[in-house]
Amino acid sequence: MTDAVRDRAGSPLGGPVAERLPPRLLCWFAFAVFAVLCLALRGDEKWLVGYPRGWEIPLIDWLEAAMDWFTAHFKPVFRFISDVLEWPMKGLLGVLHWLPWPATIGIVAVVAYAAKGWRLAGFCTAALLYMVIVGYWEESMSTLALVGMSVPLSLLIGMTLGLLGFQSRWARRVIEPMLDVMQTVPTFAYLVPILILFGIGPVVGMVASAIYASPPVVRNVMLGLGRVPDNVIESGQMSGCNGFQLLFLVRIPAATHTIMIGVNQTIMAALSMVIIAAIIGGFADIGWEVLSTMRKAQTGQSLLAGLVIVLLAMMMDRISRGFAERTGEIHLARTGHVLNRHPYLSAMVAATGIGIVLAAVFPAFERYPEAWVYYPAEDLNEAVGWFTRNFFETTDAIKTYTLYFFMLPMKAGLERIARPTSWGFEFKEAADAIYYWALAIGVGGLVALFANWRGVVTYGLLAVLFFYGASGTPWPVFIAAVTLIAFQVGGWKVALFAFLGMAFILTTGAWSRAMLSFYLTATSVIVCFVVGGSIGVWAAQNDRVSAIVRPINDTLQTMPLFVFLIPVIMVFLVGDFSALLAIIMYSIVPAIRYTEHGLRHVDPVAVEAARMMGCTERQVLWRVKLPLAIPEIMLGLNQVVMFALAMLVIAALVGTKGLGQWVYDALTNARFGQGVIAGGSMALIAMIADRIIQAWASQKKRDLGLAA
Amino acid sequence: MTETSERDVKLTCRHVWKVYGPQADGFFTDRDGDVPDPRGLVDRVRESGHIGAACDVSFDVHVGEIFIIMGLSGSGKSTIVRCLSRLVEPTAGEVILDGEDLLRVGKDQLIDIRRHKMGMVFQNFGLLPHLSVLENVAFPLQVQGVDKPTRVARAMEMIELVGLGGRETSYPRQLSGGQQQRVGIARSLAVEPGLWFLDEPFSALDPLIRRQMQDEFMRLQQLLHKTIVFITHDFLEALRLADRIAIMKDGRIVQIGTPAEVVMQPADDYVEEFTQDVPRVKVITAGDIMRPAGNGLDASAAVPAGATLERLMPRFGDGLGAVAVTNDSGTVVGEVTPQAVLAALASEHDEGSAP
Repeated sequence: MTDAVRDRAGSPLGGPVAERLPPRLLCWFAFAVFAVLCLALRGDEKWLVGYPRGWEIPLIDWLEAAMDWFTAHFKPVFRFISDVLEWPMKGLLGVLHWLPWPATIGIVAVVAYAAKGWRLAGFCTAALLYMVIVGYWEESMSTLALVGMSVPLSLLIGMTLGLLGFQSRWARRVIEPMLDVMQTVPTFAYLVPILILFGIGPVVGMVASAIYASPPVVRNVMLGLGRVPDNVIESGQMSGCNGFQLLFLVRIPAATHTIMIGVNQTIMAALSMVIIAAIIGGFADIGWEVLSTMRKAQTGQSLLAGLVIVLLAMMMDRISRGFAERTGEIHLARTGHVLNRHPYLSAMVAATGIGIVLAAVFPAFERYPEAWVYYPAEDLNEAVGWFTRNFFETTDAIKTYTLYFFMLPMKAGLERIARPTSWGFEFKEAADAIYYWALAIGVGGLVALFANWRGVVTYGLLAVLFFYGASGTPWPVFIAAVTLIAFQVGGWKVALFAFLGMAFILTTGAWSRAMLSFYLTATSVIVCFVVGGSIGVWAAQNDRVSAIVRPINDTLQTMPLFVFLIPVIMVFLVGDFSALLAIIMYSIVPAIRYTEHGLRHVDPVAVEAARMMGCTERQVLWRVKLPLAIPEIMLGLNQVVMFALAMLVIAALVGTKGLGQWVYDALTNARFGQGVIAGGSMALIAMIADRIIQAWASQKKRDLGLAA
Repeated sequence: MTETSERDVKLTCRHVWKVYGPQADGFFTDRDGDVPDPRGLVDRVRESGHIGAACDVSFDVHVGEIFIIMGLSGSGKSTIVRCLSRLVEPTAGEVILDGEDLLRVGKDQLIDIRRHKMGMVFQNFGLLPHLSVLENVAFPLQVQGVDKPTRVARAMEMIELVGLGGRETSYPRQLSGGQQQRVGIARSLAVEPGLWFLDEPFSALDPLIRRQMQDEFMRLQQLLHKTIVFITHDFLEALRLADRIAIMKDGRIVQIGTPAEVVMQPADDYVEEFTQDVPRVKVITAGDIMRPAGNGLDASAAVPAGATLERLMPRFGDGLGAVAVTNDSGTVVGEVTPQAVLAALASEHDEGSAP
């Protein structure tokens, strides 16, 4: 491989530097020597692969001790807050459970109509009727109550922090990195300290969602207020606004649209977290219903309950987005009769009244009769059973091939995975590896013919990873590789951050689990990128594909993470492969979106110029559009990584190992220290990936002269 | 010089500096900006990596005058108008409005001055997107706490004045650019300011609409007689509208004068560049080139002092040796000869031609 590199890289551009190797490539030679050394020694020096326990910093114990001290002194305070928050919670829950279902449906329909019109009102009515008919009304209303409480709380926190961050540069310096961390810490990790402080009960879910869901509002408030055009601000100043008037009469109203988009995201995040919080239990909401039926492998039941979550998510998303889009629309000043001035409010009051009267006359409207419930869980179970029985060979083959030829080598290394039954050979002794490397160097030579030295280095790293696996690669090699990449794309700051982050993961004893998480993330990101990228290219070239893909993407993106698990375990049962599929389903969306967006928004002049030079459509795509869209596609890749890490934790529910499972374990056993280390490690992985990819994307952008 | 110069001074801008950079304040020991060697200071500012957006800018604006600051982008014209209203805080200098130094007043007092004495029109209109036309125009009155019936009545009056009657319930995005700027103008006039700033008010409009709006602006000014500071990058617009023009370059004023003075006696090559393509017959007026009246003038064929050469020249077709020039009250104040006209229209190098 190295020879191939030298041949090719010796003349990357021709010209004056032809005789010299680029210094960046020389770094990789040094790295190669170091890696070979580590790999050769790892048989004797066991510490190279498994970081010894004795070297770990007992940070977990310290954290536990700190938390113990904290709870011993401050628990009453939190329990008090919990009690205070429980009252409005119970009140809202009581109202939602007391209201006859026709009244609730009527109110929601009016709100939906106000947001988007008749079609949305019809959709919401149908969705709520489904909940009534299937018999999940009570659970759905409990979930609604939790969301209904946590969203205002979240908005309060978000608006306050957003305003603070906007007003003071100092506050912004604290808030912005905090938001970065908050958005990368896995969802379960939020629950651990809140559970310990607030105790079991619905308040935990509420507080956790309120905190978890606030970052979009904080961000959008700061962004929206900052983006108000200068001349609008100046016109406010020249109109004689004082500071207060300028903020509340000019800035905030002018930024409403951006803020409302944040509100929409907050609502969706709150719902997602409320569902996840069901894992703590103690509250009969729809999330709990899905989780408990899933645990009992009651496929049909969890599908029916899962559909409720999907419908709730779609309703909340469409309604809040409808309102966001309508901000700034024309509201003619209404005058005259009260019905005329407040048509929506009047309609809601009317709906409530009619509902209550109906309920008083016909008991069926108060509480939907058990006898009328249509609950086709058993039929669904049979249908799923029939499907799995008849297609077992196909599904099993897909699963086995993916596992043996892709996932397991990435996890444990081809070295250990190759068996005569699957691969047709095995590595009995160390010397056998020579065949693999002979082949790898041969392919490397081919790569070198078609790619530059960066392509060869990437290929080399993948070849090493495939052979030794994420868990068999010595940690010094891994850390060195990532730090070197970080240095070359982002300079010493990014490199230092990556190095320290990995050092934290290593020394706190999370390394082996982190590598398992890395493997699952990396495999899903690769699949997402290849499959999603292809779909994105297709959608960019074909309007009809785009029109089909877009609503699917929209829906996938609003789903609470939980929901993705239901169909995969139905067919593929628990295990890494199911986790992989669930992660892909969720995180493929940005790969598709950003690729399509990037390709569609390439400078049309460049495309026209290429066409005028006689490029075929294929050449336009490969030689003009794709190279120019790379920075945008990189940002999509970044999102894919973030989404995959978020889903990874949820995937722990279907039996994966790694950091996700460790967080989950911390939650179920209320282990604060472990939760912090595991959650923190995941956040660090996410942030390192984010820094490197962002730096790479902006480097590409600069190279292409696209930087703003 | 036209007669505006004899009127009272409304606004004085004296040695105003705006320096951007980490140690901007370090260049000035006194806040009044009256440094002994301004040119040397400009160089020092530039050499130290600071940006001198406005350097030693001084001028007076008279009551009822249209004072136009003209310059290309980056010349500091927008900075200077923002210094006058303190949207941008000058680094040094004095801005005296009605005898009071604006740069020394407190925050509350400044807000009070903006509420009652100033109006401003912005290049990109600066309308509040969430308010209707009526609410936008009434906004300055709302923030100063004027009760609703009064402010609605006043706003309606302004909307009628700018010719937007009937559109008061529309929102900014439903209006064309020209209409939006009419709203901006109405809003800036709602508080009946004595001083009116217009920051490139017509630059964002199509040429035809721009022309209409300039006419509209002149019509309004004939009604209202405001004291105006008008910013533009369009030399022809400046010539068309101005009583006096200040030409800025690199943060400094290179020339101040009436349109005719600027066209006929450009201060340097930079100003001369602008004057190259100017149709002089449309700029130079009878008053600019007249000489004391001789005897035997035919007063019936007289022209007013403000008449352009374009209007004046046909009179010579009748074989007149000189045309009488009258002032506003109809008294003959001088005469113009064909020779003077030819001299004014001749090469710009002939500096001795103008009186």
